[in-house]
Amino acid sequence: MSDTDTEATVPAPVPKTTVSITVDGKPHEANPGQLVIDACEDAGVFVPRFCHHPRMAPVGMCRQCLVEVQGPRGPMMVVSCMTVVSADQAVLTDTPTVKKAQEGVLEFLLANHPLDCPVCDKGGECPLQDQAFSHGPGESRYVEAKRNYEKPIPISDLVFLDRERCILCDRCTRFAKEVAGDPLIHFTSRGNDTQVQTFPGDPFSSYFSGNTVQICPVGALTAKPYRFKARPWDLDQTRSTCTTCAVGCQTVVQSSRDELLRYQGHDDDDVNWGWLCDKGRFGFESPNSDQRLTDPLVVAHGSLSTTTWNAALDAATKLIKKAIADGGPTKLAVIGGARLANEDATAWARLAKRVIGTPHVDAQLGDGLPVELLGLPRASITEACSASTLVLLGPDLKEELPVLYLRIRDAAEKRTIRLIEISPTQTGLSKYAYTSIRSAPGEQAGAVRQLLIDEAEQLAKGQVVVVAGRSNLAESPTFTMDALATLQAGVTGLKVLPALRRGNIVGAIQAGLTPGDGGRDTAGILRDAAAGHIGCLVLLGADPLSDFPDYELARQGLAGAGSIIAIDTFLTSSSAMATVVLPAAGYGERAGSTTNIEGRVLPLTQKVNPKGVSRPDWMIARDLSDRLGGDLGIESLDDAHDLYMALVAALAPSSMPLSNSSSLPPTRGGYDLRLVVGHNLYDEGVALRTSPSLSELSRGAHARLHPIDAGRLGAINGTRVRITARSGRTLTIPVFADDAVPQGLVAVAANQRDQISDLIDIHAVTNDVKVDLA
Amino acid sequence: MSMSQYLVPGLVPTGPKIVTSRFEQADGYTYDGYVRSGGYVALRKAVSSMTPEQVHGEVKTSAMQGRGGAGFPAGTKWGFLPPTVFPRYLVINGDESEPGTYKDRMLMELDPHQLIEGIVIACFAFNANHAFLYVRGEMAFAQERLAQAVNDAYANGLVGKHVCGTDFSCDITLTWGAGAYIVGEETALIESLEGNRGMPRLKPPFFPASKGLYMQPTIVNNVETLSNLPWIINQGGQAFHDEGAPTSTGMRMFAVSGHLNTPGVFEVPNGTTTFRMLIEAPEYCGGVRHGRKVKAFIPGGASAMWFYEEHLDLPLDKPTVDKAGSMLGSGAIVVMDETTDMVKACWRIVRFFARESCGKCTPCREGTTWLERILKRIIDGHGRQDDLDLLLDVSDNISPGLAWPPRQTTICPLGPSAVSPIASAVMRFRPEFEHYIQHGRPIDGVEWHGASLHV
Amino acid sequence: MARLSDGNVAIAREIIGRFPRPKSALIPLLHLAQEQDGYVAEDAMAHIADLVDVTPAEVFGTASFYEMFKFERVGRYCINVCTNISCQLMGGWELLEHAEHKLGVHAGGTTADGMFTLEDVECIAACTEAPALQINYRYRYKVSGADFDTIIDDLSHGRLDHEIPPHGTLARLRQRTTDRWTDIAVQAQKKVDSR
Ligand SMILES: Cc1cc2nc3c(=O)[nH]c(=O)nc-3n(C[C@H](O)[C@H](O)[C@H](O)COP(=O)(O)O)c2cc1C
Ligand code: SF4
Ligand code: FES
Repeated sequence: MSDTDTEATVPAPVPKTTVSITVDGKPHEANPGQLVIDACEDAGVFVPRFCHHPRMAPVGMCRQCLVEVQGPRGPMMVVSCMTVVSADQAVLTDTPTVKKAQEGVLEFLLANHPLDCPVCDKGGECPLQDQAFSHGPGESRYVEAKRNYEKPIPISDLVFLDRERCILCDRCTRFAKEVAGDPLIHFTSRGNDTQVQTFPGDPFSSYFSGNTVQICPVGALTAKPYRFKARPWDLDQTRSTCTTCAVGCQTVVQSSRDELLRYQGHDDDDVNWGWLCDKGRFGFESPNSDQRLTDPLVVAHGSLSTTTWNAALDAATKLIKKAIADGGPTKLAVIGGARLANEDATAWARLAKRVIGTPHVDAQLGDGLPVELLGLPRASITEACSASTLVLLGPDLKEELPVLYLRIRDAAEKRTIRLIEISPTQTGLSKYAYTSIRSAPGEQAGAVRQLLIDEAEQLAKGQVVVVAGRSNLAESPTFTMDALATLQAGVTGLKVLPALRRGNIVGAIQAGLTPGDGGRDTAGILRDAAAGHIGCLVLLGADPLSDFPDYELARQGLAGAGSIIAIDTFLTSSSAMATVVLPAAGYGERAGSTTNIEGRVLPLTQKVNPKGVSRPDWMIARDLSDRLGGDLGIESLDDAHDLYMALVAALAPSSMPLSNSSSLPPTRGGYDLRLVVGHNLYDEGVALRTSPSLSELSRGAHARLHPIDAGRLGAINGTRVRITARSGRTLTIPVFADDAVPQGLVAVAANQRDQISDLIDIHAVTNDVKVDLA
Repeated sequence: MSMSQYLVPGLVPTGPKIVTSRFEQADGYTYDGYVRSGGYVALRKAVSSMTPEQVHGEVKTSAMQGRGGAGFPAGTKWGFLPPTVFPRYLVINGDESEPGTYKDRMLMELDPHQLIEGIVIACFAFNANHAFLYVRGEMAFAQERLAQAVNDAYANGLVGKHVCGTDFSCDITLTWGAGAYIVGEETALIESLEGNRGMPRLKPPFFPASKGLYMQPTIVNNVETLSNLPWIINQGGQAFHDEGAPTSTGMRMFAVSGHLNTPGVFEVPNGTTTFRMLIEAPEYCGGVRHGRKVKAFIPGGASAMWFYEEHLDLPLDKPTVDKAGSMLGSGAIVVMDETTDMVKACWRIVRFFARESCGKCTPCREGTTWLERILKRIIDGHGRQDDLDLLLDVSDNISPGLAWPPRQTTICPLGPSAVSPIASAVMRFRPEFEHYIQHGRPIDGVEWHGASLHV
Repeated sequence: MARLSDGNVAIAREIIGRFPRPKSALIPLLHLAQEQDGYVAEDAMAHIADLVDVTPAEVFGTASFYEMFKFERVGRYCINVCTNISCQLMGGWELLEHAEHKLGVHAGGTTADGMFTLEDVECIAACTEAPALQINYRYRYKVSGADFDTIIDDLSHGRLDHEIPPHGTLARLRQRTTDRWTDIAVQAQKKVDSR
């Protein structure tokens, strides 16, 4: 490798940036390296195709995209999806030879394809059907028997495969291997018997399986949640953004008769490249759920009962006023807000901080990081994926920010970046990492210090980006912040991509749903409430009982609060404790915007009417503000949007170094295991619980131990073990040996049916537990 | 029935024996027997007294064409390796499965050390340190002989660390296929070596010499091609060039099968011997059985267009045969006499390609099966009036224009190969097909069953 | 049925070591599994997947491409009769028909006693010796009906055991990695592969 400081001093001639070709005689400037099929499309000529997909490596196997290219020995037939443009290339897409070949291929594809379009989910949006109409030979000359397979077979809990319809384009199988990294479906057999199959007993349980349904060019793959729900021509659609997590995947939301019916990925260069995870894709079931809150509820005669907005808002106002009267505005606290749109969050932050005047506001539920994180120079996803070194200092992205995982996996697999991972257990990205470092809870900063020595050369090579988030809910966030501070001090120009999980957490923070001067975070608020210092607690789409890492504290906090007002889409175990419950409009039922981890402000579009009489959260804030006699400064969605955008515009990245507390983890007792708690994609969150197709997918709480630790316990896979916390509280769950977990640690997923939050003390810097056979 | 594991091919009356010289030596396959008859002299000479460039130069001078089917000159192919990219590999194609072809197996069974010597010479010539010898899965006996030979060659310092005590080192990995004709195609072979389904890659961009095994530069050569190298190094490239015709140099093995008195495998002067000599000369096949006439013959394996009586006097010379509209392919000549049911012969070859299509390209996967079914229907007596036009048109959609050399709507030539027998038989023997369609049986004088049991 | 035995795992590791990338050993390992059990069992495929670090679906995807791999029990002897063009011309179909009568199964079938599986196969590279067949991939040339009956009789009485091992075993001799193995190219490729 040549030395980088000996750069050429002579300015290089400006290279021509396009390649001149002709398409059917018309001159066209194509991008260098571009495929002929794409160049033709840019030139306004659509070449039919089935296997080609712009986000996957070309395979050139359907042969539908044949064109002729003028060569030295006359025109040559080539597949346009695998031929790169070259200077002065003459591409011919409509010669008689090309037409004959294309019609021939289509006839071949239709030879074995069943004629069941009328009952096929794809009918009406099927590329094969469309091609057959526009390019097809009409009546089939194929009189032999067609291929015969068992009709749709489930290949996973979510996806069915009809092998008779399959045209073997390799899209789903390529996706599984190349994009998702889960090659659980594969071509099997050969020639005319080729089919797509899973291995017996090993279903296609990829988190990304739904994408295969979207990219299947025929109706071979269908999604269980959508099968037979609607015909494409009945669907009405709009662009929006997925808010299941904070990646900000671009979507197309489709509905029919005022019901959400399908989400599709929209191909966006910056964010999701067209992909969605299954949790996001099939989450449309949740807003449709019949468990949705449709009316305001107020406690009457000891239980919540339906009432009118007027009555409910009056009741809520009374509770707020009473709290203020009893001890001033600081008797009021607000938890939550990450489910809200930017505009809603802006309205609620203003209501709490300006109208009411309390600093006790926090959108993070003890699972985030201090807000300074968002003040650091920010990297976009694309910057992270083109950095020279990408450091992962956070959770398992495959479980928490799935499509970010796809993007990073892609870059690491193509070796455009070097991935360095520091995490307590192996993650979905470990096998793609250049180095994957195991650091026990609290030892992150030490691992970073070592990294700065060991990889000094690599870290000095170019841009370093760190993906930072919480890898363990059972430890103090300080450790991650110290590690980040150490990295920041050792690397010049470090950029950060926050790995915060909750839907619009970035928007909520930027809108001001964060502790103000002297304000408490969620843990502090709950502690104050438990001590009787909170007169009125507002739960803004928050469910601390299932979603806060320390269950005992959440329980005591909710029990000790003077009153609770819940604004929610569902009645959760927490909102069921409220005195007043106000129904909020759900996803797809309100317009606005959301902010992803990059800080990108992305559109949310209203597609259907709010369920029952539910209302957008900003309206609820405005109504309460009016009743409280305050001036929110928001009369419309646009007002709220403008205010939010002004806040964003005022943000400037901080050049201040992060402070470093140099905390050290306490030493671990001889018989103790240190607890690591992260999320699984499928948990008991309300959106999953209320999506019938997804609700069965969470595995339930289970402990993972290093095989040696498991062996020492005498446990085999599935043995039930009792985990005992310092507090003496216990949880009995099955255990599995897993060498992804280092010795001395026990890994348990958060928010499963058996709640590990029962055991966590959020104020302890680490949580050590004893594990023994139940 | 012949119970022997191998048989001795016909004697070669003219020209030297190059690759078959040890076929009659009972222990020619053993290390001792091989060394006793001059084995490994060429390798020693190459690695200790020649430069890689000189070795490559001799092969270029020899103008030896590849024996795997495409007939591309080996020396020229090696020259395509990008000079600075390492590691690079040699892959030896021992997948011999083109119907009618029978020579590589013989070379592997009867003279495995000759092949190994050729492999190491080739690796030395283009600086490869690792060769993969891929033997067809169904050839258990050849595998045993090669395993023994490779182990012996390692033990005697001819492969592995410091070949013949020099600085040059080179490993050979032996590996078997598992039953798939398409894996003989070089890019499919590479896929198979990578542990994948043997589905060909598109060339360009995946020319093995630049992006082959593990996307590294790779030379794929046939067993017979490499078996010639020891002789070329011993006698010089010019001596090889002096044998045969200038346009098809050296000696070459041909398997001649079908309706013949004494079918066999022969190493004959390349480019000068004619089809008629091979078929009729008593030292070769001794003529068509029962004194009958040739109705058609396949000059170069099932993929080739058929030849007829008028082609008998053509020499076995690549450009000549190419120009006449077919190919010498893999050196497989199949002779059909007057009693042959051409519809059935055509169907059987098409069935082969339909069964062996890898399934990657739509036209090949769907088209070859379709063609096979139409032909089977005709044979079964359910032919339709427009079946012949349909056959030709479906063929045209696989191989536009039914031209030679074929144009293809597919990735590799397998699909278009299925068209060769149809284009040949339907054009030449159309009345036989029409008779089948009208009467549900073959014309008089052909044997419905192809042949009665031999003996 | 079975995962690879410990002895076979050791052989498998030696085979894997002769390739720059583990997945390249897939086909040899499938042969090994077939040698062990007479066919390729699901458990064996899952085990191989572990050994070469791919998914079982990928192993099955590759395995099912190749005709020689059987996923269910077959006869102790697989008798493959060639019916391709050279053999067809010399009576391959008649031989196959004879075999079907003799064994009482159609091509593709296995005799009730589990001794013989009969197959109608493509060219086995014995064209000049037509009609030809293979028994567990060992050749017999110019086979007449009577020859065929003799073969069956010999096999049934174990008279060919010295020459023909049970289905699954190809070469009875393996390549061995000795200390003369250089590993240069294997290591060089691993360097290229590592980032
Ligand atoms: C369908 C198909 C099958 C082939 N089968 C074989 C084969 O069995 N053996 C072989 O040596 N070459 C075969 N070839 C040719 C190889 O692709 C390749 O050209 C050859 O191995 C190169 O070796 P050579 O240059 O020494 O001839 C086949 C080609 C095609 C298209
Ligand atoms: S032409 Fe046939 S065998 Fe060749 S790649 Fe295409 S499908 Fe496979
Ligand atoms: S789109 Fe080009 S071959 Fe399928």
